[in-house]
Amino acid sequence: MKKNLRVKTSNFIDETYKISFKFNGKTYYGYKGDTLASALLANDIHLVGRSFKYHRPRGIMTAGSEEPNAIVQLHNDTSRTEPNVRATEIEIYEGLEASSQNCWPSVNFDIGGINNLLSPILPAGFYYKTFMWPASFWEKYEYFIRKSAGLGKSPTKPDPDIYEHKYIHCDVLIIGAGISGIMAAKISAKNGFKTLLIDEKPYLGGSTIYQNTENFKINNQTSSSWLNKEINEIKKIKNLEIKIRTSVAAFHGYNFLLARESLTDHLPLEQRDNKTRHRLLKIRAKKVITATGSLERPLIFDNNDRPGILLSSAIEKYSNLYGVACGEENILFTNNDTAYEAAISLFQKGINVKAIIDNREEVDSKLIKETEKNNIQIYRGYTVVNTSGYKRINGISIMQLSKDGQKVIGPKKSISCDCLGISGGWTPAVHLFTQSGGKLKFRDEDQVFIPDKYPSDQISLGSCNGDFTLDEIFLSIPKKLKDFLNIKKTDYENLEIYSSFNKSKRNIWLLPSDKIIGKTKPFVDYQNDATAKDIKLALREGFRSIEHVKRYTTTGMGTDQGKLGNMHALGIISETADSKMGELGTTTFRPPYTPLTFGTIVGRNVGEYFDVFRKTPIHDWHVKNKAEFENVGQWKRAWYYRKDGENMHDAVQRESKAARDSAGILDASTLGKIDIQGTDASEFLNRVYTNAWSKLAIGKCRYGLMLNEDGMVYDDGVTTRLGENHYIMTTTTGGAASVLGKLEDYLQTEWPELDVYLTSVTDHYATVSVCGPNSKKIVSQVIPELDFSDESFPHMSFKNAKIDKIKCRVMRISFTGEHSYEINIQANYGKSVWEKCMKVGKEFNITPYGTETMHLLRAEKGFIIVGQDTDATMTPIDLQMDWIVSKKKYDFIGKRSLYRSDTIRDDRKQLVGLLTENPDEVLEEGSQIVADIKKSPVEMLGHVTSSYYSPNLKKSIALGVVRGGKNMMGQKLIIPMENKQINVTVADPVFLDKENKRLNA
Amino acid sequence: MFVINCPYCGEREQSEFKAGGEAHIVRPKQPTELSDDEWAEYLFMRKNIKGIQFERWIHTHGCRKWFNVVRDTSNDKIKAVYKMGEEPPTV
Ligand SMILES: [Zn+2]
Repeated sequence: MKKNLRVKTSNFIDETYKISFKFNGKTYYGYKGDTLASALLANDIHLVGRSFKYHRPRGIMTAGSEEPNAIVQLHNDTSRTEPNVRATEIEIYEGLEASSQNCWPSVNFDIGGINNLLSPILPAGFYYKTFMWPASFWEKYEYFIRKSAGLGKSPTKPDPDIYEHKYIHCDVLIIGAGISGIMAAKISAKNGFKTLLIDEKPYLGGSTIYQNTENFKINNQTSSSWLNKEINEIKKIKNLEIKIRTSVAAFHGYNFLLARESLTDHLPLEQRDNKTRHRLLKIRAKKVITATGSLERPLIFDNNDRPGILLSSAIEKYSNLYGVACGEENILFTNNDTAYEAAISLFQKGINVKAIIDNREEVDSKLIKETEKNNIQIYRGYTVVNTSGYKRINGISIMQLSKDGQKVIGPKKSISCDCLGISGGWTPAVHLFTQSGGKLKFRDEDQVFIPDKYPSDQISLGSCNGDFTLDEIFLSIPKKLKDFLNIKKTDYENLEIYSSFNKSKRNIWLLPSDKIIGKTKPFVDYQNDATAKDIKLALREGFRSIEHVKRYTTTGMGTDQGKLGNMHALGIISETADSKMGELGTTTFRPPYTPLTFGTIVGRNVGEYFDVFRKTPIHDWHVKNKAEFENVGQWKRAWYYRKDGENMHDAVQRESKAARDSAGILDASTLGKIDIQGTDASEFLNRVYTNAWSKLAIGKCRYGLMLNEDGMVYDDGVTTRLGENHYIMTTTTGGAASVLGKLEDYLQTEWPELDVYLTSVTDHYATVSVCGPNSKKIVSQVIPELDFSDESFPHMSFKNAKIDKIKCRVMRISFTGEHSYEINIQANYGKSVWEKCMKVGKEFNITPYGTETMHLLRAEKGFIIVGQDTDATMTPIDLQMDWIVSKKKYDFIGKRSLYRSDTIRDDRKQLVGLLTENPDEVLEEGSQIVADIKKSPVEMLGHVTSSYYSPNLKKSIALGVVRGGKNMMGQKLIIPMENKQINVTVADPVFLDKENKRLNA
Repeated sequence: MFVINCPYCGEREQSEFKAGGEAHIVRPKQPTELSDDEWAEYLFMRKNIKGIQFERWIHTHGCRKWFNVVRDTSNDKIKAVYKMGEEPPTV
């Protein structure tokens, strides 16, 4: 029963180039130039999927990007698989494999089809009303809903394709290369504007280019041959760039647009390697001309969704452009002249048109006359009330419309057919215009929304502006282009236009039926299975806002964003609620206009470029020595170094012990470093840190705490005075950029009178930190000429030195509580200094340690980590760091906030030490701290911020914040865990060496 | 995404900049003289205008300079751009 529905040769199809492809596992043939949809139709295949909710058989409905039904999965289970592809857009290529998506287990036998029989109990909001309750059942429902709804399968293998992003700046961007876009492009480019013309289709000329009748003429030529000449002409213009297969995804403010240029999707798979698949164009245009055309509206009647029912313009396109008949017994159903255009096209190709059902009673036009001449029966004033056929339409029933169009009258007549073309008139494609922030107005005479107020330098031309006919286009475009481009003339004045199209239309949003609405299925949104009945139900249940009705009924919420049915939804709401269309507003069309792949969105930012990381000059050494890494900001920091057989705990315990027993070495290069110079540098530090800086002698270091203006701890670090007007500040690793930003802010906006210059030098220096009782012995061997005696080089001081003639700065500062030194050297020497320290330190068992050990060692000393023990609600007083807040200074950032009524409360959360009753029990960081477990509700006093097993103290230690903790020393508290309670005692946060003897050991 | 005319560098994409909140809020010269309420006024109170708003921006990925922008928050149109310390224009 295989039929070939290919009709007379088309200019757009290369019949010498045969292509084989697979659909649902079966092999078919098409020609170069075919889309998957046209090739399937040529093979007499209409049924391509199942609907989302009721699993009704659905067929190809359109011939463009507005397609709601023919959604397929390409190359299932391969690395190039892609769901949600519109069959009407993919150009076929040798080896194409596509399968239906919305069906399980197969398109011909679909289990979910039972939903169709159950539809009286599947009304609007059904999923909300049923499956969301009881909440615990959702997990069970979800599996079956997802499985049977078939939203397509995402790929599981890595994407082999290459994607890229490109910026384009142009004077004039023209979206849409139909007749209006071509005219605009020619005038714009010829007047010297750098012009970019883009279109989503693989050919130029829009629908005019295949409109091949004598009924539309420009200067006595058929409109298509006239347009062909124009296209050939513009291809020669130098400052005009043309991009086909390029779809605008988003139109943002300031004329910023995103478009996807598809480069390889039409090629056989084996020709795609090493080529860019999609290019995301980021277009910044001085002026934008939208010429996106219009979309034909369906008609809303009972069972208007059967396979074999298409838009009449789609039937015309399949016949004219692809040379394919959608059926052998065609009927057209219309409320305007469009269907007659289709009828004449079909007739000319020898395709049988059996009848035209026209809503309009008294209507006459040249097109209608010509149709009648061809002996096509016209039923004037009739409507379709029902259709029959399960997997393919096989007939319609029609009845006469009452005068007011609200009822059907007279006898019912049945006519058989295998294809029905429907036309409800045209809707301007204003999606991109509204995305850009444009406001629409409603034109009552033909019931369309058209652009009203433009938010940027842009215009809409042609049918997307409501100028549908040739005469309207040629009347409006020259004048509009002259105003918009500020030019004197166009080439398009005084052309002779002949159009036999009559604009009359009888608009009935929901066509009447002989049945009550509850017994009918007039689909408004095909993809989401929303019917007119659902919309009426939503209104009955009290929904009024169009945005609410949309969400409740899911109308317009599919991947097609309801391009076909949204106007009818509005129309039905307005009729039912008795409100004016113009006042209802429309739902918002959001980007992307058609779906984008993730590949397109991320471009080249994949794999190691997805999120670039920073590595220290010593990174390679860490890798070689089996370091595990931790992400700190964008840095990769050595976390711990695993030795044979060790787990993380073992490694950290070993490292921590070695650092205190003999010597440890840490890569501290990631700490932020800001070079501060200027005659007011000391005054500046006084203002940004809580403690006093004016008296810091040259060559000395000081720890500083920086607050926000609200008094909360923001960052900390050691700053060294290198010279009279020269300091080097260190910040936390993660805070470096924001600290610099904050300091610049104050300098530029609050204290511009200060003579201070800030430079980020984080990457300029590598920092090697050696600590432990043997650190001095090691460092003095690395820099033998330097005097390391405590008298000459005490704790918190700095010296300039040289290692093999290379200048370096040595600071004696400590974050571990051990005697320790930091060597700062030009970054590219960092690794050699590190290796030198390792070499001379060998006899002292120098042990490289990572951030985990660093955190453990500092916790033993009760030193805070900003961001771990603080969370932007901690003042220095809360941290028990009163000693660092200067009482004498008149002002510093955050000072005033330290005695706000809230910050002086005694019962704020304060940092304390915590010791577990069982010394081997290590607390979980983040655990809640309570006093009374029996109280209901249990009162949370705080939480654990840092917790470790200390190998040096041989017990578990922790820091935590506890409400009023400062005055709870020695008090017992409880850490409730999932299946136990841990008893802890509040302690001094300094656990080790309270006297700081080790600093000079 | 809009385009901002940095007074030092010229027109650049918005992604090069960072917004810094309401402009012309001067840090009090003598915070310690202020009552809690007065300090809170400076610290917390910001306008959230639908319409013309004076705000601070910094050219983070450019010259790193702070400057002022007059923006209509209802449509993101930028009415004026001027340097720190300059008098706000009348728009
Ligand atoms: Zn700048």
